[in-house]
Amino acid sequence: MSASRDDDPRIHGIKSKIRVVPNFPKPDIMFQDITTLLLDPEAFKDTIDLFVERYRGKNISVVAGIEARGFIFGPPIALAIGAKFVPLRKPKKLPGDVIREEYVLEYGRDCLEMHLGAVKPGERALVVDDLIATGGTLCAAMNLLERAEAEVVECACVIELPDLKGRERLKGKPLYVLVESH
Amino acid sequence: MATDQEGKDDRIARISSAIRVIPDFPKPGIMFQDITTLLLDPKAFKDTIDLFVERYKGKDISVVAGIEARGFIFGPPIALAIGAKFVPMRKPKKLPGEVISEEYSLEYGTDKMEMHVGAVQAGERALVIDDLIATGGTLCAAIRLLERVGVHVVECACVIELADLKGRERLGDKQLFVLVSSL
Repeated sequence: MSASRDDDPRIHGIKSKIRVVPNFPKPDIMFQDITTLLLDPEAFKDTIDLFVERYRGKNISVVAGIEARGFIFGPPIALAIGAKFVPLRKPKKLPGDVIREEYVLEYGRDCLEMHLGAVKPGERALVVDDLIATGGTLCAAMNLLERAEAEVVECACVIELPDLKGRERLKGKPLYVLVESH
Repeated sequence: MATDQEGKDDRIARISSAIRVIPDFPKPGIMFQDITTLLLDPKAFKDTIDLFVERYKGKDISVVAGIEARGFIFGPPIALAIGAKFVPMRKPKKLPGEVISEEYSLEYGTDKMEMHVGAVQAGERALVIDDLIATGGTLCAAIRLLERVGVHVVECACVIELADLKGRERLGDKQLFVLVSSL
């Protein structure tokens, strides 16, 4: 069952540090900027702690983070729970053998890649990104891990845009977020 | 019992052996230093971060600037451990809101690096982090961005140095700390 953490006293501080930038990257989009959260060491630490408290001791051996803002939140979580960190990247960034997953954007397509051999069959994995909007990128990430026969335990994001219904696009997998933005 | 230096050497050895070299990436003749295999070894990754944290904790550093994208992997854990803010230094048009921008040279052409206006204050003490230093061009651009707003760049820190490319010399009076030097 998916959950958000409205009742934890640290959530208010985290939410207040997220900056909304209007009309970025295009008109009418209210961009949820987490960089201001990163400027507050206590709030950034609280953000990581909330994820770590949830996932520690759950036999999770893989934290997959989506380029590029998933690279900011994923590694501290991985380090704290003793898991490996697996970067999921835009095309042609990862050297060596990769598997690719194409996904649909509002206009056109994009692609996510993962290293061959980064995860082993049966490993339990989290997928981490700063935000879930339509869920397209997270879905592609989950597909990559499942193609490598890992088990996706949960997707974890700092922010959810619930109006975009990304939660429904996660093939029945649970989603955990700290903050919702309408 | 291992001395501090022996313990440190053991960690460096493990880190070094966890880095994978990929020939001819992204183009023929380049031996690419791949840190993703380091990230697959939780102990080696933790040791990497610990070695930086041991050096920088308690030195009154309030800013860790990380260069997109692999600097985003190493910078935040260091920032969290030493109680500093993390400031992402990004490719053009990725940061929303007001930015300052620094152009720098590539082998062919130029690129740009951006930092948010107001992310750092004059007088703050900063580290610049990336996975690797090659020619030093990118690190230089990051140093310039920070110095333009009055920040004191204490040191640049990378996991790997490609010593032959003499990036260290390009940093002028700035110090460079690396864990692994690769020829």
